[in-house]
Amino acid sequence: MTALVTSTERLQRLLALVPYVMSRKVVGLAETAEAFGISERDLVDDLNLLWCVELRAPDPYCPIDLSYEGGEIAVSQAESMRRPLRLAVDEASALLVALRMLAEVPGLEDRSALSRLIAKLEAAAGEAAAVSAQVAVQVDIHDDEGHAGQIRAALSAKRRVHLRYYVPGRDEATERDVDPMRLLVVEGRPYLEGWCLRAEGVRLFRLDRVLSLDVLDVPSAPPAEAEPVDVDQGLFRPSPDDVLVELELSAAGRWVAEYYPCESVTDLGDGRLRVALRTPDTGWVRRLAMRLGEDGRVISPPSLVAEVREAAAAALANYVALLPRPRVRPAETAAQPGRVYTRAEKNVSGVKEDRHGW
Amino acid sequence: MSKRKTERLLGLVVCLLSTRRYLTAEQVRAAVPGYPEQDDLFKRMFERDKEDLRELGVPLETGVNHPFDDDPGYRIRQQAYQLPELRLEADEAAVLGLAARVWRRAELAGAAAGALLKLRAAGIDADLDGADEHSPVPPGIEPRLGTPEPAFGPLWEAVRDRRPVTFSYRAAGRSDPQRRELEPWGVVNRHGRWYVAGWDRGRNAIRVFRLGRIAGPVKFCGPAGRVTVPEGTDVRELVRDWDSAPAQEHPALLRVRAGAGVGLRRHAVSVRADESAPGWDLVTTRFADLGWFADYAASFGPDVVVLDPPDLREAVLRRLKGVLA
Repeated sequence: MTALVTSTERLQRLLALVPYVMSRKVVGLAETAEAFGISERDLVDDLNLLWCVELRAPDPYCPIDLSYEGGEIAVSQAESMRRPLRLAVDEASALLVALRMLAEVPGLEDRSALSRLIAKLEAAAGEAAAVSAQVAVQVDIHDDEGHAGQIRAALSAKRRVHLRYYVPGRDEATERDVDPMRLLVVEGRPYLEGWCLRAEGVRLFRLDRVLSLDVLDVPSAPPAEAEPVDVDQGLFRPSPDDVLVELELSAAGRWVAEYYPCESVTDLGDGRLRVALRTPDTGWVRRLAMRLGEDGRVISPPSLVAEVREAAAAALANYVALLPRPRVRPAETAAQPGRVYTRAEKNVSGVKEDRHGW
Repeated sequence: MSKRKTERLLGLVVCLLSTRRYLTAEQVRAAVPGYPEQDDLFKRMFERDKEDLRELGVPLETGVNHPFDDDPGYRIRQQAYQLPELRLEADEAAVLGLAARVWRRAELAGAAAGALLKLRAAGIDADLDGADEHSPVPPGIEPRLGTPEPAFGPLWEAVRDRRPVTFSYRAAGRSDPQRRELEPWGVVNRHGRWYVAGWDRGRNAIRVFRLGRIAGPVKFCGPAGRVTVPEGTDVRELVRDWDSAPAQEHPALLRVRAGAGVGLRRHAVSVRADESAPGWDLVTTRFADLGWFADYAASFGPDVVVLDPPDLREAVLRRLKGVLA
C-alpha cells in the first residue's frame, strides 16, 4: 500500500468496491483504479483481501467470490454487499448544500435537473438529509441587469464581450474587451474570469461592478498562456513588488483585519490592532483611511500618510467653500426609484479585485 | 493502517449483514476470524470495532432474539444499511461531479468525495471532471465554497450532532472577547462568510455569530442530542435579519465633483449640473444606514460634499476631522 489510509478508510473503499463492480457486471482494472483514485497494485490488493474474507461459523464459508483475469473484474457472489452503504450525514449534507448553492447560481437556463437531483438525493439519504437543512449558503446575487445570463451565453457561443467596469478603489469606470473563460462563484459572489485584452492578462470581474455588458460579434480567443486563476488559493495574492502599508486600528476599526488579507496583525491591547498589507495601488487605502476617520490611521509609507492628510484637509476645505447649500425644492428628495444603500453593501473597497480587476 | 484490522472489520460487516437473528458477542467471535483468545482483550477490541463501524455510518442494531435472552446481540439490517435504489437521468448525473467540486479543499470536501464514491458504487456514472455533454450547467461555471474559519469544523459537527458549544467571541467594536454558550441551530454562508445561529444560553435569546470573530477553540459543553431546533426555524432568515439594515430610508443631497463619484452616481435618484458651483453636480440618493453611508461618502474625500441631511454631514465631518486629529 502506498497511500496512507486508515483501516476504516480502506474498509469504506472495500464496501464501495464490491457494488461498484457488481452494478457494472464486468469492469476494467485500470478504469476501476482510476475511479477510486488508487494504483492498480492497490486495487489488486483490495480484491485479494475481499476474496480472502472467510466466516467460520456456523459453517466455514467465503462470502465473496470474484475474479480479475485479463484486466477485467467480475464479482460473482457477494449477496449482502451488493449495494453501497447509505450516505452518512456529512456526505448527504456536502452534496445537498453544494447542489442547492448551484441552483442559485445566476445565469443557469435550466434548473430542473438540479431540482430533480436534489429531490432524489433527499429521498435516498432519508434522515441523513435532514441536517443539511441546517446549513445554508446564500449566493449574493442581484443580477437585475441579466449580466450573468449574457456571460453564460457568451461562454457557450464563444464570443468576446465588452464591459464597462467600475473600479471602486480608484472610483473609475473603465472600458475593456474580455474573452470570457469561466463564470465563478467565489466567497458568495459571482465573477467573470476572462482574458482582458487591455491588461493582456487573466482578470476577475465582480458581476455587481459591471456597469454594462455587450456580447460582441467577435469570436472569443483567450491565448494559450491564459491560465485559469486557482481560486482555492484565495482571490488576492500579494506580490513582493507591492507597496507595504501599515495601519493602526481602534476596536471599532478591527473589521479591516477581517475584510482584507493582511500580511501581519499585531494586537496592541484594548482591542487595538496594527496591520500590514501589500497592495499594488494605494488609492483604495487612502479612501479607506477617510472612511475610518479616527478609527484607523495609516502609519507607513510616509508618502501615503501625507496623501491621506492632504485629501482630508481638501475635503474639509470644500465644506467651508461649498456650503451654504443651494436652494432645492423639497420634492426633489422625495422617494423615487433608485437603489437604497444598506449595510449589506459594506464591502465596497475592492482590494480583492484590484489585482485581477484591471 | 493495519490490514488485519481491515479484514476483521470487513468480516464483521459481512457477518452481521448476512444474519437475520441477533448474534451475541460470543457468536461473532466464533464466526469472524481475527479476534483474540483472551476475553478482556476481545471485549475491548469488539467495543472499538463497533464504535468504528458506527462512525462510518453502519447501522449496527442491538437487541435480543428472545425476551429471556441475557446477552444482547448485534445485527445489521440490509434495508437500513443499503443505499436505496436511485436512478438518475444523464443530466442529473452530470452535475454530481460539479457539486462535489464546490467544496474542493474546504471542510466538507472529503464527505462530498465519499458521497460521490457511493453513488458511483450504486452504478451511477458521474463524471468527476465535469465537461459532460449532458450537463445542464454550461462549461465554465465553477462555484466554490471555502471554509477558512477554523471554527467551521467543530460547529458543523455540533449542528450535525445537536450538541451545545462554548467559545470566546469578539463582537464588532468590542475590545475583549467574551465567553458564550450556544445551542447551535445551523450554519449559514452569507456574502461568502460563515455564521452560526442559535440559542445563546447566557443571553437567553436567539443570537447570530460570525465564525471569523470566534477567538480560539470551539468546545462541546454537553452531550449529542441535547439541542432542539424549534420547529419552523429558518436559519437563513435569522442571519439575514441580523445582517440587514433598518428598513427606513432617508434622502441625501450631495455635491459630487464632475467626472468623479462613479460609484455614488450608479445608484443615484437624480443627477444634474450644479449651476451655483461650476465643475460640480448635484446628486440625490437614498440611504438606510447613516453610519455606513457616512463612511462611504467620506471615502470619496474631496470629490463629495454632503449638503443634506445635517446629521449625515456632521458624521462625515467627524470622520474627516478624525483623519487629521
